[in-house]
Amino acid sequence: MIKYPRLLWKTVRRGDIFNMDLLKFFTAGSVDDGKSTLIGRLLYDSESILADQLEALQQSNRKNDDGTIDLAILTDGLKAEREQGITIDVAYKYFQTDRRKFIIADTPGHIQYTRNMVTGASNSDLAIILVDARNGVVEQTIRHSFLVSLLELKHVVVCINKMDMVAYSEDVFNSIREAYAAIAEKLNLKEVTYIPVSALKGDNIVNKSDKMSWYDGKSLLDHLETIEVNEAVLSHQARMPVQWVIRPQTDELHDYRGYAGRILSGSFHVNDKITVLPSGIRSEISKIETNFTEQGEAESGMSVTLHLKDNIDIGRGDILVNTSHEPLVAQEIEADLCWMDTRPLDSSIMYLIQHNSKVTKCKIREILHKVNINTLEKIETDTFQLNDIGRIVLKTAEPLAFDLYQENKLNGGAILIDPRTNLTVGALMFRANAGY
Amino acid sequence: MNKQDTTYLDQLEAEAIYILREVAGQFEKPALLFSGGKDSITLVRLAEKAFRPGKFPFPLVHIDTGHNFPETITYRDNMISRIGEKLIVGYVQDSIDQGKVIEQTGKNASRNALQTVTLLDTIAENKFDACIGGARRDEEKARAKERIFSVRDEFGQWDPKRQRPELWNIYNGRIHKGENVRVFPISNWTELDVWNYIRREKIELPSIYFAHEREVITRNGQLMAAAEFLNMDHEDHIELKNVRFRTVGDMTCTAAVESHADQIDDIIEEIKFSKISERGARMDDKVSEAAMEDRKKGGYF
Repeated sequence: MIKYPRLLWKTVRRGDIFNMDLLKFFTAGSVDDGKSTLIGRLLYDSESILADQLEALQQSNRKNDDGTIDLAILTDGLKAEREQGITIDVAYKYFQTDRRKFIIADTPGHIQYTRNMVTGASNSDLAIILVDARNGVVEQTIRHSFLVSLLELKHVVVCINKMDMVAYSEDVFNSIREAYAAIAEKLNLKEVTYIPVSALKGDNIVNKSDKMSWYDGKSLLDHLETIEVNEAVLSHQARMPVQWVIRPQTDELHDYRGYAGRILSGSFHVNDKITVLPSGIRSEISKIETNFTEQGEAESGMSVTLHLKDNIDIGRGDILVNTSHEPLVAQEIEADLCWMDTRPLDSSIMYLIQHNSKVTKCKIREILHKVNINTLEKIETDTFQLNDIGRIVLKTAEPLAFDLYQENKLNGGAILIDPRTNLTVGALMFRANAGY
Repeated sequence: MNKQDTTYLDQLEAEAIYILREVAGQFEKPALLFSGGKDSITLVRLAEKAFRPGKFPFPLVHIDTGHNFPETITYRDNMISRIGEKLIVGYVQDSIDQGKVIEQTGKNASRNALQTVTLLDTIAENKFDACIGGARRDEEKARAKERIFSVRDEFGQWDPKRQRPELWNIYNGRIHKGENVRVFPISNWTELDVWNYIRREKIELPSIYFAHEREVITRNGQLMAAAEFLNMDHEDHIELKNVRFRTVGDMTCTAAVESHADQIDDIIEEIKFSKISERGARMDDKVSEAAMEDRKKGGYF
């Protein structure tokens, strides 16, 4: 029988929907941990599945042992994946409640999909780490947590799943929480929330479970709906890479010259003193335009057009910053690298680095180490294979104006491109200025 | 504007504008694929926000199957004269006349599949290196895995296993000669987001999106607008119904839903309660469970 959706937010008064914000989160875990079931459960219980999708689900042959629908099917995307019963990529899922709109980056959890997890985590504000209550903290838990700390996700939710298989035991929950807390401390994960759940049965996913009265925290959805995430806005580092210069060159707009871009962090105000990097030329903001109107200020996340008081030569690849908090400018940078290509890293060739709107050539000057991401041991190496993560020093052909990734993700991350294939082969997180 | 005032629609809009400007900055000869549907109409508004008071750094491209709703063509031409941008039209009829494709026959004949050839020819003739489209990840599960910058080979093919990772807000648009990139700035929007945005921005739409009285026939359980292209015969009973269209494509493959929603607020309410997701009204996806995945591999949008 098909249960037709009754959307949670249908009771929202008109107008309220415009005041909701967006939370992007990613889920680490494998099919075995019930990750797809968990996402399926969030979609299903929040009634975000529409009837024809539900119908397709019901017609599918995959059922749980007790005959209920296998919710994991909702997150399987491609034919190739369904045939092999695996998830080979990052799939994006959308749902909303009356409090928030959500984007889930659904990534596979096995070690061969490390690059997919890194990609999903780079686009998220929060990570959900799944632990099987029967197995506790395992190698995979450490690996996923390492990736979360590498990508500097500040908010972590550890879902201790399959509580129904351990008789909803508080002792099991507590011992896993203690074991994880040790890892969190080692990896410097500061804000960790622990929730005992059963994705299969729906306990503590959308609604609080009546089987775990000893748990006094929120359900997963309640937590996701209410957590505050907004680091970039609070930053003092005002940053706007120039994407495009708007110059209409018409008779009436002869002198119009606007620098179009999206503010990565901080805020800009009219009359702010700014510096153009890497040239170092200084000026002041004369006008801020967005949404066809002039504004006195603009903040992180907004796509705007900035105008300066002086006529300077600025183009794509330059970045405008507040003079009071200038970033680093260097050609030699120490960075964490996640290798994403099947062709291994070759220190003898030149790669391209893309850092926001700037693209320049670069070389790997030194490989410091790679990390065994299951044990966190550092290993000496002279190359990186697919999914390897470690620390390198790179040298760029032109100077980059960057912040350290741990302080400013969007101005501290970059990608490596192989000029032979044009593929994105590496993710870089800048950790230190290695220039002399 | 402070942080409390920033809503998810602002965030989605800012992201889409950012992506459009990346296209302008990274490609030599981009184009915006314009279907006359609400998603590509939304893209035009976003492009105005991204590039005004300058001109768009790309023309609009319409692949015309010849089986359009007349309302769509009227809307298109009015819009072009309002925004003052260049329009390039690729005609499926030309591809048929040149013998590059063969018109389907029979009752369910459609030019929907043929337009891929016309699209690829139009891309090749104009040497477009990037085509901006209005596809969304929430439409269909093969699209849930689509990149924002989706690289196609010289045959227009999409290979899900060769997709580039997209980290943070960095999009790698570097391609080899002959390849091109499909760019989807509203990937992260849902159908409802698009409608809420259209309402907020007071964007005008083709009239067929709103409930109106129309002659329809029932085919394969779906309501289709009665038109000569549908190869109607004595078995097709024409009825007069109040309908609207949730998506706007070719007349042969876009089904109507019965509705009295003739105002945007009513449409939004209707969608919220809707029992059928948007692509449920597209005949072209019903062919098989993996229909979209297969068409995308073949060069479809």
